Parts: sequence; structure tokens; C-alpha cells
Amino acid sequence: MRHLLDTRSLDRDEALRVLDVAEDMAETQSRQIKKLPTLLGKTVVNLFFEDSTRTRISFEAAAKRLSADVINFSAKGSSVSKGESLKDTAQTLEAMGADAVVIRHSASGAPRTLATSGWISAGVVNAGDGTHEHPTQALLDAFTIRKRRYGADSRGRDLSGLRVVIVGDVLHSRVARSNVWLLSTLGAEVTLVTPPTLVPQNVSQWPVRVLYDLDQALAEGPDAVMMLRIQVERMHAAFFPTEREYSRLWGLDALRAATLPESSIVMHPGPMNRGLEISSEAADSARSTVLEQVTNGVSVRMAVLYLLLAGERNDERGEAK
Amino acid sequence: MAARTVLQEADIARALTRIAHEILESNRGAEGVVLLGIPTRGVTLADRLGPIIAGIADTEIPVGSIDITLYRDDLSKHPTRAPKRTEIPEGGIDGKTVVLVDDVLFSGRSIRAALDAIQSIGRPSVVRLAILVDRGHRELPIRPDFVGKNIPSSRTERVNVRLKELDGADEVTIES
Repeated sequence: MRHLLDTRSLDRDEALRVLDVAEDMAETQSRQIKKLPTLLGKTVVNLFFEDSTRTRISFEAAAKRLSADVINFSAKGSSVSKGESLKDTAQTLEAMGADAVVIRHSASGAPRTLATSGWISAGVVNAGDGTHEHPTQALLDAFTIRKRRYGADSRGRDLSGLRVVIVGDVLHSRVARSNVWLLSTLGAEVTLVTPPTLVPQNVSQWPVRVLYDLDQALAEGPDAVMMLRIQVERMHAAFFPTEREYSRLWGLDALRAATLPESSIVMHPGPMNRGLEISSEAADSARSTVLEQVTNGVSVRMAVLYLLLAGERNDERGEAK
Repeated sequence: MAARTVLQEADIARALTRIAHEILESNRGAEGVVLLGIPTRGVTLADRLGPIIAGIADTEIPVGSIDITLYRDDLSKHPTRAPKRTEIPEGGIDGKTVVLVDDVLFSGRSIRAALDAIQSIGRPSVVRLAILVDRGHRELPIRPDFVGKNIPSSRTERVNVRLKELDGADEVTIES
């Protein structure tokens, strides 16, 4: 793997490879010494043009557990706020010897530009771009679903026959997009439940079913219910009248969670708006995987960095690096 | 591409039986012995060696495997390898006599990686090395404690270990 830009172009085998390596990485995290010498001497740059705490920390932890050096670059207070272009920033990092660049950007497609423009030879990992994709989040979600379902017997398995409901603001959600592609590639049936105002225009071309009624979707007893965060910073128009109304119609409260089968799990990518899209009872219940998702995120990101950086690498021009 | 057979099925079985006796002799019994195979064929050999030792000493011998992929120093010189399973037997390795088992000993770099892997899992009181074939050409100060057979080879030759469980037959061949 040279870059990880999206889940849409990942095929089943590639996706399973990441998940299976993540299983191996997860096992090393229960050892006395969690640090592996695998990426000793490699440099990973976290290039964050958008605020993020958990994704950046997760990538940082993953890189450090593999003994890579980590440089954190956030746009605030950097030369970017003085008007430096993406190209110049990227080439500066390259000149410092970055082997991988983990990028989060508010513009959809920024990671692809970085990877394909020929500006840099480092491997690029998309850590969220605009409303496009957030592939490592989807991979850790798939990992979590598989782990809860199959436990120690997870390796090599896909998600065939499992039913996943994704609830909330799909329009602005890169997490939802990445999950739609990845989960359907892995054989899961995906249902979106969203207010009619927050349905993406091209959704008819996605491999999903769209419902507007959460109770109808929950009555079918899905294997996993994934609640999306209402991103207040992206609510630039009146998509729903009030937060209370949203919460009443599309929020997962204790009563709704109680209607789910025993084995169903409740997922949330975090950070949660407790009381809005998810109630505290649902978020803290035994079926909630919120904290497992955080733990699994480190393992999945270790796997991605391993697959990107450990083997021999050829750059875009075909030269061995 | 001439391949000649240097060990046959009966030779391999005899070598393993002798190694089993040597392990018991050097450890003065089976107390605390844990076998850890290095994937892929080291694991198969450890799985065979365990019951042999158990049969002689009349006691259970814990057998596990230890992946070395994440501890290798030559990762960037090969296409990306998938890590293999590490399975540490119940009871762990702290204070035990760990016997690493591998099929071929060559440069010694795999063993170096295995020693690092062991260090991150626990602290055995002793680590020993059992090898089916020692073909020479060490690049590190590492030596085996139990050897099935020494096979002098040139660097350009290939030593192939085939085992029934994986390859359908038991034999060691050398290709030039």
C-alpha cells in the first residue's frame, strides 16, 4: 500500500489485510513492553489543517508504538496562517525527511492532491478531508464490529450478512461516506437513517437503503447502530428546527436502545454530544463500543502505518526509495 | 537447479528425538521448559518436539509460537510482510527455560529478532536455541544449543525444509 486516501477504492482483500494486521497489532498491545521497533528511523508528520484531538493523538500513539518519530504540525499558529500554500508546506516537510504524512484538511480531495501531484514522495494517509472521507475511522469501525461479533476468531472474516444502521447528518459526514463504502465492500448491508434535509444528493448511487424513521430501522434489529455526531460547526442552514426535535426523532435514548436485540452494538465516532444524538444511558451501556473504538483506532492506525512504511517502497516515479 | 536430499523423513524424526533428549539433559528434566516456534516451519517443528519431550519426561510441555516480523531489521529491503501469529502458552515465559525452535539457522538475524520479541513479552530465566539445520554463514554472534544437522553450504545455495503438515512430505534438500 502506498497511500490510504479513501475506502471507496479499497477492495475486499486490501481491507481485510489492514484489519488482519490490526489484529496482530492489537495483540502486541497487551504485552509488557508495548513498543515495537518496527518503524525505527521513520518519520511521520501529522499535518492538521483542521482541529482534531482524538484522531491526531491516535495517529501519534500508533506511530510512537511502532518507534517512528512524530512531528505534529497544526495550521493554527504556523506559516499556513501567514498564507503558505499546501505545496510549499508539503515540500518543507519532505525536505525535513518525512516518510509519511497524515493529513486532515477542510477541503475534500486535499490528501489526493498531496499524494498525486508529485510534490512529495512520502506516503499519504487521509485523516479526514472536508465532507469526502475519513478512511481510518471506517476501518476501525469495521474492526470493532468484527471483533465484537467474532472475537478471537476474527481473522480473515468479512462482515457478510451483518446489518449496520448509520444515523444522523450523513450530508456533512465523511465518517458516514467512508463507512458506506467499506462496510458494503466487506459484505454488510448498510441502512442510512437521516432527516430528509440531510440526505446527500447522489445517495441513490450509493450501495445503501435510506430511511427517515429511526424506530422503523431499530425494529429490524440491526447488528450495529452507528450514531453520527451533529457537527454544530457545519450547521450553516436550518436543517432541522431545534436540537430538541432532532433529539426526539433521531436521537438514541435509553428507551430506543432497549428495543435492540441483546447482541446489537451502539457505536459513536466521538466526540459525543450527550443528550443530542445519543443519551448518556445509551452511550455508557454495555452495548456501547465508544471506548473500544478508541482503543481499536490505535491498532488500526498502527496497521496502516506498518503497511505504508515497513516494506520496500517505490515512489510515484518508480524509483526505489 | 540440481536439488539433492540431505535429510529424509527418518533422519528428521531421529534428529528431533535426539534434540528432545538433549533439551531434557541440559535442563535436567522438563521443569519450566517452554517451546516457542518461529513461524512458519519452526512452529511445526515445535509442535512435533513438544509431544516427543512430553513422552520421554511424562509431563506436559507448553508449546507456542513467536512472530518476529515486527522486530526484523530488514523490513525495508523486502515487500511488506504480513505478521504471523504469536501465541504464548498459558503460564507465560517469566522465569522459564524458553527453547526457540526454527528450521534453518543462517545469518542469525531471525534469532536476534526473536530475542527482542521475547524481551517485550517477558523475562525467561534461560533462552536456548534448537535448530533442525545449521547451514553456517552467521552474521551475528549467535550459536545454536541443539542442532539436528550441520550442513555446510555456500551462500548462493538454497536449503529447503519441507514438512508433512505444510508441504506433504518430510525432507531437507539443498539447491545450487
